[in-house]
Amino acid sequence: MFSFAIRRLLLLIPVFLVVSMIIFMIIHLVPGDPIDNIVQIGSSPEQIAQLSAKYGLDRPLLTQYAIWFRRLLAGDLGDAIILRQPVTSLIAQNLPHSLALGGLALIFSTMVGIGAGALAAIFRESALDRAVMTLILAGSTVPSFWLGLLMILIFAVQLGWFPVSGARSWQALVLPVMTVGLGGVALVARVTRVAMIDIARKDFVLMLHAKGLSRARIQLAHVLRHALVPVVTILSLRIGWILGGAVTIEFVFARPGLGSLLITSLNQRDYPVVQGCLLMLAIAVMLGTLLGDLVQAAMDPRVRDSVA
Amino acid sequence: MALLTVQDLSISIGRLAPLDSISFAVDAGEILGIVGESGSGKSLTAMAVMGLLPLIGGEIESGTIRFDGVDLTSLDEAAYRRLRGRRIALITQNPMTSLDPLMRVGAQIDQVSRLHLGLTADAAMRRSVDLMQQLRIPEAKTIHGQYPHQMSGGMKQRIVIAMALAADPQLIIADEPTTALDVTIQAQIIQIMVELVRERGLALILITHDMSVVAQACDRVVVLYAGRVAESNAVDAIFAHPRHPYTRELIRCIPREGQAPGSLKGIPGLVPSVTAYPSGCRFHPRCGDAQARCARDAPTLEDTDAGAVACHFSPGVGDG
Amino acid sequence: MRLSGPWRKVLRSPRGGSAALGLAIVVFCAVFAPWIAPYAYDIQNLPGANRAPSIAHWLGTDEFGRDLLSRIIHGARTSLTVGVASISASVLGGMALGAAAGYFGGAFDRAVTAIVDLTWSFPEILIALILIAIIGPGLQSTMIAISIGYLAQFTRLTRAQIMALKGETYVEATINLGAGSFHVMFRHLLPNALPPVIVAGMLATGDAIILEATLGFFGLGAQPPTPSWGAMMSSGTAQIFIAPWTIIFPGVAIAATVIAINLFGDAVIDALDIRGRLRES
Repeated sequence: MFSFAIRRLLLLIPVFLVVSMIIFMIIHLVPGDPIDNIVQIGSSPEQIAQLSAKYGLDRPLLTQYAIWFRRLLAGDLGDAIILRQPVTSLIAQNLPHSLALGGLALIFSTMVGIGAGALAAIFRESALDRAVMTLILAGSTVPSFWLGLLMILIFAVQLGWFPVSGARSWQALVLPVMTVGLGGVALVARVTRVAMIDIARKDFVLMLHAKGLSRARIQLAHVLRHALVPVVTILSLRIGWILGGAVTIEFVFARPGLGSLLITSLNQRDYPVVQGCLLMLAIAVMLGTLLGDLVQAAMDPRVRDSVA
Repeated sequence: MALLTVQDLSISIGRLAPLDSISFAVDAGEILGIVGESGSGKSLTAMAVMGLLPLIGGEIESGTIRFDGVDLTSLDEAAYRRLRGRRIALITQNPMTSLDPLMRVGAQIDQVSRLHLGLTADAAMRRSVDLMQQLRIPEAKTIHGQYPHQMSGGMKQRIVIAMALAADPQLIIADEPTTALDVTIQAQIIQIMVELVRERGLALILITHDMSVVAQACDRVVVLYAGRVAESNAVDAIFAHPRHPYTRELIRCIPREGQAPGSLKGIPGLVPSVTAYPSGCRFHPRCGDAQARCARDAPTLEDTDAGAVACHFSPGVGDG
Repeated sequence: MRLSGPWRKVLRSPRGGSAALGLAIVVFCAVFAPWIAPYAYDIQNLPGANRAPSIAHWLGTDEFGRDLLSRIIHGARTSLTVGVASISASVLGGMALGAAAGYFGGAFDRAVTAIVDLTWSFPEILIALILIAIIGPGLQSTMIAISIGYLAQFTRLTRAQIMALKGETYVEATINLGAGSFHVMFRHLLPNALPPVIVAGMLATGDAIILEATLGFFGLGAQPPTPSWGAMMSSGTAQIFIAPWTIIFPGVAIAATVIAINLFGDAVIDALDIRGRLRES
């Protein structure tokens, strides 16, 4: 298990290098002089020269990348142009909010999705099955930000149960978490249902019946456990998707977080912040995928023994 | 009275009728072989006795299954569950797929004794390891903690046998237990099963398509063809005097030492599909002795002291 | 136009038929927008801003007094154009890459697979945001960003198809008879690989429309005054308390369009019986 984790971690390093290279290049690919994209408005020529030297803007591209990467490892992501703060502190302020939203949404998706999918599978071909799956279909074809807006309209504006926006209380988390979570529920429920129906047909399930176990126990203790494997697989592949959803929803609900920060700085052309946010999101996606792989290996002994 | 008596059992799956009036019996300490080609309905018989037909969308149309005096067809699901694994155990065809891949094999054996005998985890483990050793599994304690994918087919089948024995059943139904295994392992597994049955006085139904396995291991045999019983008798008698044309062909097909090269022949024709059973005697299209009558009338099973046979023309049966 | 078997099957089924009808309406709106919209989409009427739905304005007005119905009809143009154009480009690019990788194998295949796997775990929106960070917001940028975002999916799918088909005996036979790569690829492999890829493309168009709306919502898509369903909802949030319809109706338009696309795509998958071929590995 440990060696599996190490192998997986090592595989991520080249990915991280490539992604960081692309993000680094943003400043150089955007039209205009690179220095203009990182310098704060109203800087004196001396300050501009200083910054230029700091980032080695007169050196070859590869060297610049090396400098940037080294600073990155030291925790220095530059300074925001508009807000005049170090990017790292901006990220530090916003990251916890995003993690809370993303993490809770993931838990929500998983639990509700597995529950719905299992129900549909156990009572397959019944009215309950069809009802659940239709709801799921409806939920997955709706753009998430519209869903978020609708939820605000119904639960915040009309019913007044939750705040419309912001992050001042735990209640402010409920609607955003549900909105992001519902997006994932459809996928999880569908995979759970298909997996459970598929697995119930297998030989070893027949054996379980032949051993005298009850249907309930077979479904819940055995079939469901098997179904969790493809669910974790799909979740680990789609972790990025949940993060993407979180980015959007933060913006919709005007919540602080990496997502809002990213969108705002994109609109304001504050490239150091954009780079910092994208980097963090990319790291989050990679770590999330790694976590998914590890959980999968923990659950399915066959994965542990497979080659990388 | 025999331990298990199946009388005129007919099964339907949807609109198909794969088994028609099957009858056989097996006693404690006896090994009964059910033999037939694929598609003859052998596995369905096992499923029917276990009460697992609903899992494949089938049901019992008519007939009785008496086990130790109780008519199984009248049992409710809860009562049947107490029987399965405890007094009647099943060994399925493919050991590669009959074990739960996410569970350690030892735990899968323990499961049976914990469920039916109420043993604690430790007691169950000791019992399982003991069983595994009887089945000649080396390093039983280590194997107990391993996963199915870490072992060979032969080993897995021994685990499945251990699972079947864990609750001290009276009857074991083994559905083609060696078909999926290497030839060298097949003989071993059959031998183990025969020994266990003799030692413990169990009844064993051995379902197979291989007449040589029957010759090796069984006391009595039932020959199935296209969902009907063709012949049934004691093994020695049936090999000495096969009375149904199909049985004769089956015996003829067994490869023998010293056979001339190129002399191995099969039975001409194909096993009929359950959607298109021939009229009258279902074997008539492939039978060398078929006559006009065979296509019209289905022969009834004539049960005498010399065994049972369903053929219009077999020696000793009514009009010849 | 003679309707061949599968198409008739699709249109006959309740799902496929109603979905096709819905799609037809959307396409009609998109193509004939200037002629069927009751008002021009950019006529402002500030005194009449934020009016609820009425006889004069079936879906109400937005914060500038513009007729919502007309803006939504014109928005169909933006969404469909972006969706269809981006995905078409993505499919073409993906097929080219995937077919080459699957057919020729070797180092090229490994390189392509590595890049595809890299982008595979990243959500399309993140890729789109990175690209927009580089090329700036706007309608064209959105199209480019979406095309590249979905490239990985079609590359993988095509590659899987080509590799599966390559192993078919009739292909081996054709090659053994001396057919050149070009012939094999264009005469045998690609035509057979087409159906699942086309259907995947259809379904991806729905996602792409949502992505376009999302980017529009962020203000990074089509810039005003071009109507875009996403941007409409974005400006509608300021009026959420007094004019919720400015948010609801554009959303309904998107949802209806995407549901129609998904149902239609699903019906086609069933009619052509290619559900198994949509696996990507």
